[in-house]
Amino acid sequence: MELKAGSRLKSGVCDTQVMVIAAPVDDLDLTCGGAALVDVAGDAPGGAIDADHKNGTQIGKRYVNEDATLELLCTKPGEGSLALGGAPLTLKEAKALPSSD
Amino acid sequence: MNVMMLMEMASGAMGERVGVQCDDDCWTYEDLFQGAGRLAAQVRESGAEHVAILDESSPAVPLALFGAAWAGKPFVPLNYRLTGPELDALIERITPAVLVTDAARAKELEGRAGLDVINRDDFLGTARSDATLPAPDWSMEPEDIAILLFTSGTTGAPKAAVLRHKHMVSYILGSVEFMGASEEDAALVSVPPYHVAGMAAILSSVYAGRRIVQLARFAPDHWIEVAERTGVTNAFVVPTMLQRIVAEIDDKARKPPSALRSLAYGGGKMPLPVIDRAMQIFPPSVDFTNAYGLTETSSTIAVLGPDDHRVAAFNDDPDVKRRLGSAGKPLPGVEVEIRDENGKAVPLGESGEIWVRGEQVSGEYLGRGSLLVEGGWFPTNDGGSLDAEGYLFVSGRIDDVIVRGGENLSPGEIEDVLHEHAAVGDCAVVGIPDEEWGEGVAAAIVLKRQVEASELQDWVKQHLRSSRVPQLIEFWDELPYNETGKLLRRKVREALGSAS
Repeated sequence: MELKAGSRLKSGVCDTQVMVIAAPVDDLDLTCGGAALVDVAGDAPGGAIDADHKNGTQIGKRYVNEDATLELLCTKPGEGSLALGGAPLTLKEAKALPSSD
Repeated sequence: MNVMMLMEMASGAMGERVGVQCDDDCWTYEDLFQGAGRLAAQVRESGAEHVAILDESSPAVPLALFGAAWAGKPFVPLNYRLTGPELDALIERITPAVLVTDAARAKELEGRAGLDVINRDDFLGTARSDATLPAPDWSMEPEDIAILLFTSGTTGAPKAAVLRHKHMVSYILGSVEFMGASEEDAALVSVPPYHVAGMAAILSSVYAGRRIVQLARFAPDHWIEVAERTGVTNAFVVPTMLQRIVAEIDDKARKPPSALRSLAYGGGKMPLPVIDRAMQIFPPSVDFTNAYGLTETSSTIAVLGPDDHRVAAFNDDPDVKRRLGSAGKPLPGVEVEIRDENGKAVPLGESGEIWVRGEQVSGEYLGRGSLLVEGGWFPTNDGGSLDAEGYLFVSGRIDDVIVRGGENLSPGEIEDVLHEHAAVGDCAVVGIPDEEWGEGVAAAIVLKRQVEASELQDWVKQHLRSSRVPQLIEFWDELPYNETGKLLRRKVREALGSAS
């Protein structure tokens, strides 16, 4: 699947939804709970969550691949966890900032 | 990307929390989400190309902002202090539009071509009605325009700064932790909706889950009273507001709001004595943050945080103490460079123009295209310098620099010194025509107590080079500020220029 910044995707097997913040221009094998992510407006195939991809997603957290070329924002949490080509995405640590507004 | 997504997340994760409070009128995130949907349907039906609001702060402001985003139309908060021809000129540039306003103005503007005028109360009524919600089908195109902000036009006809969804969303994701606020947190918003800080306050509070308390009109006693009554923990003020709050607390022996934990300021240069005094009269537990940013950068690009404030305020090392007057360090997603007039980076510590780069930087005006140059850099037209530790010092607008006999003088530097004199309440330094030097230095000063002009001239001479000494000093009752605390230098320049 090719991704564009701003695209919204959902898990096929759990409640997880994400927005693409940045993505390489490649055909990506992006999964959640072990099953392919689908367009947010599309049908979720359903099925069981792969036990190896069941660490959950947290709303408001950003997830990146190893070289940080792919970045997703979790907009709805779920039980499955995100992976690219089978390798789990990791939490991007945010630097705590003082409230300025 | 769409700012509406931030609201959807807030509503999904904490729908029952109060998101906005104006007097006793409270709206939860779920109320705001649903209201935005109903208003989006109304906007789409009207055929409007823009959603404008001409009103003080009220729940209608966030509702119109998110409703416009849902409908895919730019949101345009207009300055409600404008009248007649000024306002007509702006309205002409955004029609066909939906315009939300108070009852009196709605009557005045009724029937205007291309304008669908909605009374604020009716607008709020629609948001709270039981009309069916449209599908959450807002566009996620990052390039769509989220907000158009007209500049105050202090130096000519107002320009419309373009803030796209990608800029605002980048700013929020880069600077705010989702649900980072606790349920008790509340932010007092006293800047008007047509100021970029007013827009940023709404978006960051929604994403953090912090209740917004709206103050329609700023007055220092009212600010203290509302903050106390509504349990405000966070607030943002422009320097003139802080100056007046400090004076109110000092002169009338008022107590600072008891729940206040964080006080951020920005939107203009803060006089050192004001922040110094504020840090003395607010409890030490209050965190002070200086936020520097521009409309064209989607608000804050650098912050001087609470620890920096404490370290600088109570330090004897002059280099560290001086940082209290700095804008701190750039946000993680923002790069800053100081460049000369040819666009070349200057050596560390030297002054030049502040250039910025980052995903939140728009640098675009409607009809004039992007001002970003190669590599995405934006020249801010602000002068400044970086110190060895990376602290950014902002000296003021480049256009305000006084060129005296080929030497560039920063009004801000001279004002800082004047502010330190015990007799000076407020001051503005400008350039005036001078036959010998091309430009000369002049100052308009508001006094706290009687003093001779010559004493102030000597004072400047003791602290700076003699070229910085104002050749003309006038004592005024007050300086001309616009309502968001921006000093109207053009007016000072005109008055002092004709007096010389």
